[in-house]
Amino acid sequence: MMEQAFFLILATLAVGAALSVIIQRSPLYSAFSLIGVFACLAGTYIMLKAQFLGAIQMIVYAGAIMVLFVFVIMLLNIRKEETALDKYRYLWLLSIPFAATLIVEVLYTILKVTSDFTSLPEMAKRPEVGDSQSIGYGLYTGYLMPFELTSILILLAIVGSVILARREKD
Amino acid sequence: MDIYKLIEWVVKIGIVFLIFMHALAYIVLLERRLLGFIQMRLGPNRVGPFGLLQPLADGIKFFFKEEIIPRDADRTLYIIAPVVALVPALTTIAVIPFGDTVNLFGRQIELSITRVDISMLVILALTSMGVYGIVLAGWSSNNKYSLMGGLRSSAQMISYELSLSLAIVGVVIFSGSLDLVQIAKEQMGTWGGIIPKWNIFTQPIGFTLFLISVIAETNRVPFDLPEAETELVAGFHTEYSSMKFAIFFIAEYANMVTASAMATLLFLGGWHGPYVEKFPLLGPVYFTMKILFFLVLYIWLRGTLPRFRYDQLMKFGWKFMIPVALANVVLVAALALFLY
Amino acid sequence: MIFFLQEQIPLPNPPISSAPPVQVNAILTDINPIVNYLPILLLLIIAISFPVVALNISSFLRRTVFDQAKLSAYECGNDPVGDARERYSVRYYIIAMLFLIFDVETVFLFPWAIIYDQLAIFGLIEIFIFIGILIVGYYYAWRKGALEWV
Repeated sequence: MMEQAFFLILATLAVGAALSVIIQRSPLYSAFSLIGVFACLAGTYIMLKAQFLGAIQMIVYAGAIMVLFVFVIMLLNIRKEETALDKYRYLWLLSIPFAATLIVEVLYTILKVTSDFTSLPEMAKRPEVGDSQSIGYGLYTGYLMPFELTSILILLAIVGSVILARREKD
Repeated sequence: MDIYKLIEWVVKIGIVFLIFMHALAYIVLLERRLLGFIQMRLGPNRVGPFGLLQPLADGIKFFFKEEIIPRDADRTLYIIAPVVALVPALTTIAVIPFGDTVNLFGRQIELSITRVDISMLVILALTSMGVYGIVLAGWSSNNKYSLMGGLRSSAQMISYELSLSLAIVGVVIFSGSLDLVQIAKEQMGTWGGIIPKWNIFTQPIGFTLFLISVIAETNRVPFDLPEAETELVAGFHTEYSSMKFAIFFIAEYANMVTASAMATLLFLGGWHGPYVEKFPLLGPVYFTMKILFFLVLYIWLRGTLPRFRYDQLMKFGWKFMIPVALANVVLVAALALFLY
Repeated sequence: MIFFLQEQIPLPNPPISSAPPVQVNAILTDINPIVNYLPILLLLIIAISFPVVALNISSFLRRTVFDQAKLSAYECGNDPVGDARERYSVRYYIIAMLFLIFDVETVFLFPWAIIYDQLAIFGLIEIFIFIGILIVGYYYAWRKGALEWV
């Protein structure tokens, strides 16, 4: 009962903020609405007992990625969406197939999961699945290889960002 | 749902919130008095005995001050900015433990508003939201000083957030938990009855890193670049007046207290001290004393040190703090292997 | 905790546990640790309402004397020149980018630090490789001057 109420509030806020992201004309307002979406999603994660993920969602997405977004928006000094975009008006036709695909995907997943709860991987059903110990164990024993590869990915990201930003000097 | 649990929470939130807000007001007074003594003057001592009613007078004054919103400001963001700065600073107190479990009124009561298993991450997540208040204030005011102050401040905060997190990783290696209660409990007891088992003795490098990062995070001297009055007037809150300015002010001091509480819990054993096992209610007393130690240290630094230059600050953060913090993590990990 | 971890080690093919699957609607019962997040929400609401109430009370009490000069941006008494929201240094963008990258890395270290006492020497080697690769990137950024401010 309580759970449904909380979920409904969070979901409404999340959808509202998400709508605000696309409706706002000023990119900075969109960015801050997006932070709201992330916060609501973090709350949903916590309700799903994935507290660790919820906190990480706030630290990485809302705290780091959005800082980058906000800096870029302020750096480029974008006030409003440029009217030059208006000549690509016909592009909205493209959004219909994309949206349809997304809806079908989501519906398929929901139906599959709710109709057959037992078909979930064994790990997903454990009560302790969201806590930080089990995430640590998964990451540093079973999925060690992907973890170490992540460091190479991060290395590439460093190199990429340095090259992108410093091109004028070389 | 246990109704008594709910009542307990509401009572605890009420008490802690009230104490916290009053403490903030009196920390401002403490700072002004101490700075006065450092600079060979008296500080505010007219309102009430020893100036003790000064915070009240200041508070009332703030309510009556005229408010000016600049013509070119983005009104919505301008009004939201102080709220965004204050909310994370106040919310963090929900997970800060200030004592062990005690028996009161026939109930086992934990001396923290709530206890969650990742309280350290919750604090980090909330404090990382504090940047936006400053960015918003700087951008929405449409003032060159504000914008520069906001940008500088946010770049400084995110740079030092890295070494802050890395210093915390060192402590987590020792305690094996992100729960602040657990982290404090790991530091219970003494070595040989004299030296308390605090993390500051096993991780002096981590403690130093943490302290420097925290001072930079809270924008205090010698890292108070965003409010460098000789170059930026008042930084990101140049255009703020009356209650909105007061809210930024409260947020800054709330962040200071939270940072001191974190330093206490992570490195100075939290509420632990002599006889605290026998009398658990001594815990909050020790905890407050340790926090006061850090606050006095901040004020002392402010009265003593000059300010960094901005490029020095960034260079120090990126070329010194981060490599040392990374090395500290590996070092502590190796040390933990020997100790356990 | 250790008991739980022992049965968790063979993760790629976990043993089928005999425990019944968690009921979806069992979330948020009294024994659930998630309930402990409720006070954070309560305090969040109080923390939001406090500045809102303070600002509203203040708006009733204060008086406003209208003056055109008060409303202009503060530039030490001179008339403001141009708009404040000019383009600024690309440095801030690089700093934000590097912060994002290193923040992701730090986040990876937290779960590692929690279970370090179980991983022991194995964990030390893991993190040596991880941080070692990152140091390469850090060194590259340093040499390319991305960490310089001037």
